[in-house]
Amino acid sequence: MRQLLPFYALLGLAGLAPLWLGDYGAGLLLGMTSAAILATAWAMFSGPTRYVSLATVAFYGIGAYVVAALAESQPWPVVLLAAAGCGGLVALVVGLSTLRLAGIYFVIFSFGLAELIRQLLTWYEVNVTGTLGRYIFTEFQPRDLLWQLLVLLAVTLTLSVWIHRSRLGLALRVIGDDETVAAHAGINLARSKLTLFVISSVLISLTGAIQSPRWVYIEPSIVFNPTVSFTAVIMALLGGANRIWGPILGAVPLYLAFEFLSAHFPDHFSILLGLLFILVVFALPNGVLAALERLRLRKGAGV
Amino acid sequence: MLSSTLILGLVLGGSYALVAVGMTLQYGIARIMNLAYGEFIILAAFATYLLFGSLGISPIVALLIIPVIAFGLGVALFQVMMRPLVTRAGGSGRLEVDSILATFGLLFVLQGVMLLAFGGNYTSYGFLDQGVNVLGTTLAANRLLAFALSIGLAGGLFALLQFSRWGLALRAVALAPGSAALVGLNMRRIAALGFGLGTALAAAGGVTVSMFQTFSAHDGVLFTMKALVIVIMGGVGNVLGALVSGLLLGLMETAVARWVDPGLTLAATYILFLAVLLWRPEGLFGKAAGR
Repeated sequence: MRQLLPFYALLGLAGLAPLWLGDYGAGLLLGMTSAAILATAWAMFSGPTRYVSLATVAFYGIGAYVVAALAESQPWPVVLLAAAGCGGLVALVVGLSTLRLAGIYFVIFSFGLAELIRQLLTWYEVNVTGTLGRYIFTEFQPRDLLWQLLVLLAVTLTLSVWIHRSRLGLALRVIGDDETVAAHAGINLARSKLTLFVISSVLISLTGAIQSPRWVYIEPSIVFNPTVSFTAVIMALLGGANRIWGPILGAVPLYLAFEFLSAHFPDHFSILLGLLFILVVFALPNGVLAALERLRLRKGAGV
Repeated sequence: MLSSTLILGLVLGGSYALVAVGMTLQYGIARIMNLAYGEFIILAAFATYLLFGSLGISPIVALLIIPVIAFGLGVALFQVMMRPLVTRAGGSGRLEVDSILATFGLLFVLQGVMLLAFGGNYTSYGFLDQGVNVLGTTLAANRLLAFALSIGLAGGLFALLQFSRWGLALRAVALAPGSAALVGLNMRRIAALGFGLGTALAAAGGVTVSMFQTFSAHDGVLFTMKALVIVIMGGVGNVLGALVSGLLLGLMETAVARWVDPGLTLAATYILFLAVLLWRPEGLFGKAAGR
């Protein structure tokens, strides 16, 4: 865990940043932190197992909606606990029904999960509560949310390091390499996959919950925006989904790039995003970190 | 009431069946899980709309033109984009992950292009919309035509796969990709052919759907999702299974929209999907496929 100490220090420094960055800077840092958590949490499960989850925004949106429903009546820690609980519960149900099967079923299910939850929520809001949107009023300043997200990022990364070194992490890497071998080695496939999927989903739900007060007004179509799932995957892939630092390394530059692109080319944003994604899949299948390492090795061997 | 739901459901199911057969070909033969599949359906729908609206070409004629172009497009796409992935994977499970990711990117590109070209609004055109009486239910003629065309196309394809030598080769690759090369089948050509054929069917589905339904640039994902569910229900690579499951899904959606709530059709699709996963993950009609 000692390797994480400089990182904690860096996060602490980032926490001081709002003092001289102002609100815009704090907002930017907040979005970046959230992107880093999402990418890391995604890679925590999908990296070692190679089960591509396209459902990031489903859990993110669940977190945001729990806040919208409870923030007025309950104290903040209770709201966060509820968000984590709801996300975990949905992950448990999805995982129980799909993770016992081949990976493709999981991918298909996760592909439609956000859309399904969005439709169910819209139906519920229109038919039961009678309104489509909800307001989120909290007393948090952007910097309060930033601090919370920084803590969550520290927790996420610590968990990621810890899992990587634990028996569970080893089990997952074996599963990713060859499920048959893993089963013969006595690994409980379903339980290992399920545990990690739930942990990753809870982290994502918490991110959505903490970030939601930034919106003030939310609707199902706002918080279940498929672009979130998309960016989390591409960030993790760019840096390297199998590395602990990979997702963060991908998240920081890509977040800034997306921020720039969506401001300057709003109409072409999704095309550019898609092209970038295809480029990453083709050119850097294992991420930048792995590519750099290979380059170094080749140089070393050549001399 | 019951008979009209039944008929409307079958009509919708006919289009779903056609579309799902295409996807099961792509996944079964070319081994590409194509998440951008629905975008090709919508692309064909917009193409039909343009041909009909600006050049006055009837959608029936469009059904002869567009799938042929789509076939070429599909083969080209396979050669340019999927072939390197197939080569890189070298027969390992990696192809599945890579193809999912690559086509996920493609989805956003195609959707972005369509949003740019046509905007995000719902589009439709009026074609053969006078009523026809079918067993006591008044049905728009375009729906009836779309149903006949879908079932005709899907059925014809099934017969072709089942009874022609060429279909035998395609089925052999779907059944045992490892052994098919041993009996002298050109795997590279057949994979490209399967992918192209799947794209052509997506386009055919898009043309028929556009005859009776409004569509928008956002709808591709929904079609992809439904096609995926139908493919799993029917058993991966099983054409007849996809046909029957497509009809079933159409029936169920129409029933839910009529008696429960039109806003819950996707939820119903997913409940059906869950039931299949829990009860028969190899598909309703499949022998153990998957993996």
